[in-house]
Amino acid sequence: MSEVALAHRPTASAAGCADAPILRERGQREVFCGLTGIIWLHRKIQDAFFLIVGSRTCAHLMQSAAGVMIFAEPRFATAIIEDRDLAGLADANDELDKVVARLIERRPDIRLLFLVGSCPSEVIKLDLGRAAQRLDRRFAPGVRVLNYSGSGIETTFTQGEDACLAALVPQLPAADGTPSLLVVGTLADVVEDQLRRILIELGIERLAFLPPRRAGALPPVGPATRFLLAQPFLAETARLLETRGAARLPAPFPLGAEGTLAWLRAAADAFAVDPRRFEAVTELPFERARRAVARWRPELAGRSIFFFPDSQLEVPLARVLARELGMDPLEVGTPYLHRAHLAAELDLLPKSTRLSEGQDVDRQLDRCRAARPDIVVCGLGLANPLEAEGLTTKWSIELVFTPIQGFEQAGDLAELFARPLRRRARLAV
Amino acid sequence: MQLTVWTYEGPPHVGAMRIATAMEGVHYVLHAPQGDTYADLLFTMIERRDRRPPVTYTTFQARDLGGDTAELFKTATREAYARFRPEAILVGASCTAELIQDDPGGLARALDLPVPVIPLELPSYQKKENWGAAETFYQIVRAMAGPTSPPPGSKRPARGPGVRPSCNLLGPTALGFRHRDDVEELRRLLERLGVEVRVVAPLGATPADLARLGEADFNVVMYPEIAATTARWLERSFSQPYTRTVPIGVGATRDFVEEVARLAGLEPAAAVATAGSRLPWYSRSVDSTYLTGKRVFVFGDATHAIAAARVAAEELAFTVVGLGSYSRELAREVREAAARYGVEALITDDYLAVEAKVAELQPELVLGTQMERHIAKRLGIPCAVISAPVHVQDFPARYSPQMGVEGANVLFDTLVHPLMMGLEEHLLGMFREDFEFHDGAAPSHLGTHASLPSVPAAAPPPAAATLSWAQDAEQELKKIPFFVRGKARRNTERFAAERGLARITVETLYDAKAHFGR
Repeated sequence: MSEVALAHRPTASAAGCADAPILRERGQREVFCGLTGIIWLHRKIQDAFFLIVGSRTCAHLMQSAAGVMIFAEPRFATAIIEDRDLAGLADANDELDKVVARLIERRPDIRLLFLVGSCPSEVIKLDLGRAAQRLDRRFAPGVRVLNYSGSGIETTFTQGEDACLAALVPQLPAADGTPSLLVVGTLADVVEDQLRRILIELGIERLAFLPPRRAGALPPVGPATRFLLAQPFLAETARLLETRGAARLPAPFPLGAEGTLAWLRAAADAFAVDPRRFEAVTELPFERARRAVARWRPELAGRSIFFFPDSQLEVPLARVLARELGMDPLEVGTPYLHRAHLAAELDLLPKSTRLSEGQDVDRQLDRCRAARPDIVVCGLGLANPLEAEGLTTKWSIELVFTPIQGFEQAGDLAELFARPLRRRARLAV
Repeated sequence: MQLTVWTYEGPPHVGAMRIATAMEGVHYVLHAPQGDTYADLLFTMIERRDRRPPVTYTTFQARDLGGDTAELFKTATREAYARFRPEAILVGASCTAELIQDDPGGLARALDLPVPVIPLELPSYQKKENWGAAETFYQIVRAMAGPTSPPPGSKRPARGPGVRPSCNLLGPTALGFRHRDDVEELRRLLERLGVEVRVVAPLGATPADLARLGEADFNVVMYPEIAATTARWLERSFSQPYTRTVPIGVGATRDFVEEVARLAGLEPAAAVATAGSRLPWYSRSVDSTYLTGKRVFVFGDATHAIAAARVAAEELAFTVVGLGSYSRELAREVREAAARYGVEALITDDYLAVEAKVAELQPELVLGTQMERHIAKRLGIPCAVISAPVHVQDFPARYSPQMGVEGANVLFDTLVHPLMMGLEEHLLGMFREDFEFHDGAAPSHLGTHASLPSVPAAAPPPAAATLSWAQDAEQELKKIPFFVRGKARRNTERFAAERGLARITVETLYDAKAHFGR
């Protein structure tokens, strides 16, 4: 496991991308706004409701992005701002109170209500913070009311989760002085359970996850809290946790066999877990993950890949594909590159990788066409047009909705990239 | 503020995108925040288009709001023109940009581009997708065809000798419900009638094509939601009449052919035009007897809802128990149609109101949109999709029009197929106590390991508190197929309650059946 030990403690960044220049672009951004995060957040926090205060566009986005109307009555909805709300005929706050009262009456199962700001509500400066306070008082103690912004003018796709979790941080109860570990970022329940089992086997018993599955189970936080980010897009949540005294454990993200091991090791080191115990607990699942990933290596090694910006998962994904599958990342585009949180990842990326932040989609398409990568990772708006041009694509959104973190999913993650190539090779039409 | 779970229509700028994407040589510069680009996936994923919609979004962010979003818009427009070289540019704002009032039209005109710039004013907080599509189509037609219109009051010159009568097809868009195949079917139909199709618009048309619209003798309005405004303007400007009948169903196709013949100055040839339709015979064949009087609820856009109701009532002998539409612009037409079936039209864009209505009416078949498909699924009622909003399933690989002769054949299958399933379920119900066909068994095509999703037990009706069922009556009730059992139970209890009966016997059950039976 020496290679992995090295991976976790890179001695110098000379081999990686830590100091690499970044191509920063400001043009048309072909990305979702932060509202989209509601699609997985509402499934994670099982008694929370997300009420977008926005326009018909917001409602339309949600149903278009939500896999097109799967759930008959989901735990999200839109309060659509109408002309009279803008003209001042109706006090928007009174209208909002009415909508919320109706909603809570209709859905008595709701324990936590998020008022989610949108582009129009931000532009007309509708103060949802004050509205949330007012409604929180009114519906306490049965229903908590919080707010955050998922607007496209402030958040890109997964930053919506960051804003949501950041809204939860001030609500977390204070922890006592016992050291504890907090895992931050939405993971599929199955992944969460796997990681929980391993961490407990390591002896880290004081362990919690944010967001919790029930609104009433908010984890405590305090100066003795150490936290591990499970997702790379949680800049504001991490900052607020730090203001509550918690300390972030720097680590790569739990993607791929190597990333998961290094992520767990960061926790083990912080909690002074005996290295022999760490080895004993992780050896089997790590080797299993290695084997699962290795199965796909022959199909992926030497293939080039090009990432359009989407979820901020791009850098860790490129690291897995480069190091564990031998792929060649040509360009790794990301909506926002957080140098500190990605430090361990950037160290591990091949030096030849071009990093780009932000987007000018037409220029990026020009670069992509010129590079002719073997696989393009991109959003749903670009995938079919690029396929029609003869490029092979992987929908980036699947990487957000599919469980890919942890040892047991490392093989699935590799397979997601192998599948489009295999499909193209098999088709004879 | 309106509490919305699902919406039937997108915002009006999505309607504008449907026009721009349908056309060739047009580019739409949309002042909009990042995130609004989601609309691209409607076209690339749902419709499986192989090209990006011709739309440039300015994707301004919060930090731009303090600065110069107008400059951002101008840059985006200039670069879009340089890159895509369109023949005409549409410019407009989405809901958020409407609030910051940058005046995209004025800004774009100031750039002095060498092509027509058409500003779109689409009030996002009042109007919706179909209105946006209609308005966009009208604005672009006016901009392109306006310069070629004759002076007001001039008479249309008579068609020259030997010149075939001609028409334009108006209304098909990108992301339309079967628009692609409807165009093909109407082309064939009009060809058989000897009418030349000059321009199809917006689908596949260039701005230059729109400039030639006035040349045809008349217009065929395929989808009034999209094309009526434009057709009225063309009538005023070019003395071009337009069709009022939407040819969905055998009867409507015949009416349409007569209308076209009149507008084209041809002998009506309805019999010829609808020859080959299988619907009439399929409907008359004895196998269809069981369709008689099936209670059907219809909801969709106005065009498809009105047409489906007529087909259901006149061509399949169903009973229309409810008719509604989310197309407020055509509410009058829907109300008129509803009156023909003796029902009150449901005009709403609140899907919960539609759900409540379906639950109340307990129809045997729902004809609706993807929303009603979900409502019907939840209520255990068969359903067929006859209207937008669209889903990837509404773009089948096979030829599947709604209009004309083949459209009627497609409709027969569409409307009857879910009920054939009903018949199979009925047979399943007959074998309820059978070892392999009991209630809990999943359909055989799902394999031996399939299990039915658990159906939530129907809440006992309030009457149950004072009413009791005799055991033999309860047993008898179980012999009724499970998908109508709930209705039989409710009817019987209502019957008993109205007569002050405390105990329901087998006699009560059959008295109620006789009372409610038709």
